[in-house]
Amino acid sequence: MERRKFIEIMGAGAIACTAFPCVALAAAGSYNNLLVLIELKGANDGLNTVIPFANPAYYKLRPRLAIAPDQIVELASGTGLHPQLAMLKPLWDRNELAIVQGVGYPDQNLSHFRSIEIWDTASKSDEYLHDGWLTRAFAASSPPRKFFADGAVVGSSDMGPLSGIGVRSIALADTGIFLRQAHLSRPSGDARNAALQRILKLESEIQQAAGKLNAEYIFKTNFPPGPFGNAVRTAAELIASNAGIAVIRLSLNGFDTHSNQTATHANLLHELGGGIVALRAALIELKRWHSTLVMTYAEFGRRPQENQSGGTDHGTANAHFVVGGKVKGGLYGQTPQLDCLDGNGNLPYAVDFRSLYATVLERWWGVDSIAVLGRKLPTLDLVKT
Amino acid sequence: MMGIWLFDLRIEAAIPHYPNACIKWNEQPDRYGMSPVKKILFLLFALIGFAVPMVQGQEIGLDGARHLLNRTGFSASDSDIREYALLTRDLAVNRLLKRVVTTALAAPPSWVDEPPLPPYKMSEMSDEERMLLRVRNLERGLELREWWYREMLTTPSPLSEKMTLFWHNHFATSLQKVRFAQLMYRQNVLLRRNALGNFATLLREVARDPAMVIYLDSAQNRRELPNENFAREVMELFTLGEGNYSEKDIREVARAFTGWSIDRTTGDFLFRPGIHDNGRKTVLGKSGDFDGNAVLDILLDHPRTAEFISRKLWKEFLSPAPDDEEIHRFARIFRNSRYDIKTLLRAMLTSDTFYASENRAALVKSPVELIVGTLKQFDLAPPTLRPFVIAGAFLGQNLLAPPNVKGWTGGEAWLNSTTLLGRRQFTERILGKEDDAEEFMTKRARHAEGSFRESRMLRRMEKGMGWMRADLENWSKQFKPEDREQAITRTLLAISPRNPPNFKPDDVAGLVRRLVTDPAYQLK
Repeated sequence: MERRKFIEIMGAGAIACTAFPCVALAAAGSYNNLLVLIELKGANDGLNTVIPFANPAYYKLRPRLAIAPDQIVELASGTGLHPQLAMLKPLWDRNELAIVQGVGYPDQNLSHFRSIEIWDTASKSDEYLHDGWLTRAFAASSPPRKFFADGAVVGSSDMGPLSGIGVRSIALADTGIFLRQAHLSRPSGDARNAALQRILKLESEIQQAAGKLNAEYIFKTNFPPGPFGNAVRTAAELIASNAGIAVIRLSLNGFDTHSNQTATHANLLHELGGGIVALRAALIELKRWHSTLVMTYAEFGRRPQENQSGGTDHGTANAHFVVGGKVKGGLYGQTPQLDCLDGNGNLPYAVDFRSLYATVLERWWGVDSIAVLGRKLPTLDLVKT
Repeated sequence: MMGIWLFDLRIEAAIPHYPNACIKWNEQPDRYGMSPVKKILFLLFALIGFAVPMVQGQEIGLDGARHLLNRTGFSASDSDIREYALLTRDLAVNRLLKRVVTTALAAPPSWVDEPPLPPYKMSEMSDEERMLLRVRNLERGLELREWWYREMLTTPSPLSEKMTLFWHNHFATSLQKVRFAQLMYRQNVLLRRNALGNFATLLREVARDPAMVIYLDSAQNRRELPNENFAREVMELFTLGEGNYSEKDIREVARAFTGWSIDRTTGDFLFRPGIHDNGRKTVLGKSGDFDGNAVLDILLDHPRTAEFISRKLWKEFLSPAPDDEEIHRFARIFRNSRYDIKTLLRAMLTSDTFYASENRAALVKSPVELIVGTLKQFDLAPPTLRPFVIAGAFLGQNLLAPPNVKGWTGGEAWLNSTTLLGRRQFTERILGKEDDAEEFMTKRARHAEGSFRESRMLRRMEKGMGWMRADLENWSKQFKPEDREQAITRTLLAISPRNPPNFKPDDVAGLVRRLVTDPAYQLK
């Protein structure tokens, strides 16, 4: 086994946290700590993102798709980044980039829709929950009412982890347009069915948010062109309004690379890397980098063995990034076990995705995770206290 | 004539109660010969049909007609509503089904019969030529969407278009991957031809539809290394629904479909025996050297398929929350009719659930329903529909480009703060006061420097709609003066307004504006 900062599964950390109910953490964290989630829609190919280049199996499984060793941006012994993510190397060097490998869950479902539902609701593989995990978190312990919203979804129409009633959330694409349109909304009378209720709730959220937001701050940061760059800019504008928000969800589309993956994937990673770097610069400008945690997620990973179409099919365990001024950089979880694939040719998982959520809830926000996740899950020690 | 129709319906309703009547979808039809048991049942139900005065025998009334026409169409006029109000549930549905068409009336763009460019030609192109090709494909995509919007706006059978839309969402395929608009056109023609025909036929045709073959990578599915994309989705999204098959089934189904490809020069479907896996496969417990057709037969034979489709149609036409028991009843009717879509729709649209008061206004209009419905309602026939195509995309429904293979989630998911405000803006733009509109344009102009794709799209949309304005005075002449307020409200809203307007008899425009900005206008 390689040496790594393995998560404290059944380890001392988790026990300590249960024994002393995390009072210190609760005091340290709060909803003044912002979470930015980036969904990599369609399931990013983790193996070509965080590459186990020292493992010959990687090249054997991917004769066409493997990244040449001299192209890889080496991070630690045997692990490196896709060349289009080279811009993240400085973050790694500053210890601000954590990479969690082998993230998944038992009985992985390989349908995009069902699996992202599992991620969004933090359910078990065979459990159907209605509300998003953040909706449940905010129901159990709500962000201050003076915040303009609990959460915002930028540039996407599904509310993901913020779905369900009871959370104050807004979706928007552009702060300016949102504010100009808000006058078209007005508070209305009683609801009679769920659809109507939804409209009335949206109206009141629009009113609240519009009253507190502004788009006046002028950034020195250059945001990359394209929809994802725009979404990052909008997120930065929301933060610059200083009106209070606990979570912002961004998404980057197009990771379902079943065929001709190489160029598509390179472009996507370039967009992702550029977006993260711009977000960091903007947050540093706003003095929020040390109170922001950026985390990627996706429904699953992709199969280690490339397919006949120069692409990859649906897989299981995946690598994810956690970035921020207070992040303890490094490798977490388990490097891809390319020699013990399952019957479908997929990777075993090592870190339950709900451990990432538990980490956010307990170590970042200082709130009870059992109320949200139903049980005690080990957390990862990746936030500086 | 009418009596015979009723008998027919009773028989269909009767079959599920007869324990041995589970007809396999692919058995020979036995429409005319009847077993003795069936004959007895036939007589029994015929008798009941006459003896019991049923709800079915009553007129659906103005509210019922409004409900039926708006759920099965885009928007109904006062005269449509009055026409259907006098019919019974059965007769109203029969009239709708009799008007169904299988081809579009609007003239398609001139290029739809051009074969798509084969890949080798593309690789011979210079960067500049390739760029021009991309621009041309984009332009054609817009023209094709305009054509479909035109058809929806002018069709004599809105139900036919609603069902074509429904199947577009069910067999979701995106131009963004298919690239050639002519292939999307062919698929659209296929969907309309079968929209109210037979689901088994529809499924078989879609499986070999070139746009679908490209979209779900069937063309890449070879014996040596199967591509599972189509195999997974044909079970998860087209027939059984998630959870009714294993990962192993997916691999086996993928093998069965190996070799289903397209001819790159004509763009037609082509089976390539050389890359087909002839070996033995096991799918859902059945074994044999299945090909794709055999797998489709197995999927159509599976009881979950009828349930899955019934559930989806329920959400489209009845309510957001299907009732399991009723779903099973509908699924039996569907299966026993060997997947006749009209039979299923007839059962749904005459059911008590459909007319239940708690299900009125329980569904959210899709962006296309909102846009086409509004244009149609106010007799607007714009010479170009491009701004409205863009408006639809902006509101979350870019036709011919669903977000993924699952199509649009629909329902409440259509609404978030962005799209709700966008919807308001759309109606405001078409029905708002002149001075409001001017102020709006000024604000818009101030934002014109914005480089966001959204604001560029909005600017184009605004420009195209600039001259569009409903003539409300003229429009309101269709209503009789004595109950004008009531009739206008009924025509525009599925339930009474949440913000009851303070109606001044001479201010029809004010009333209409108030109603179309009411939350209830978003519901159907």
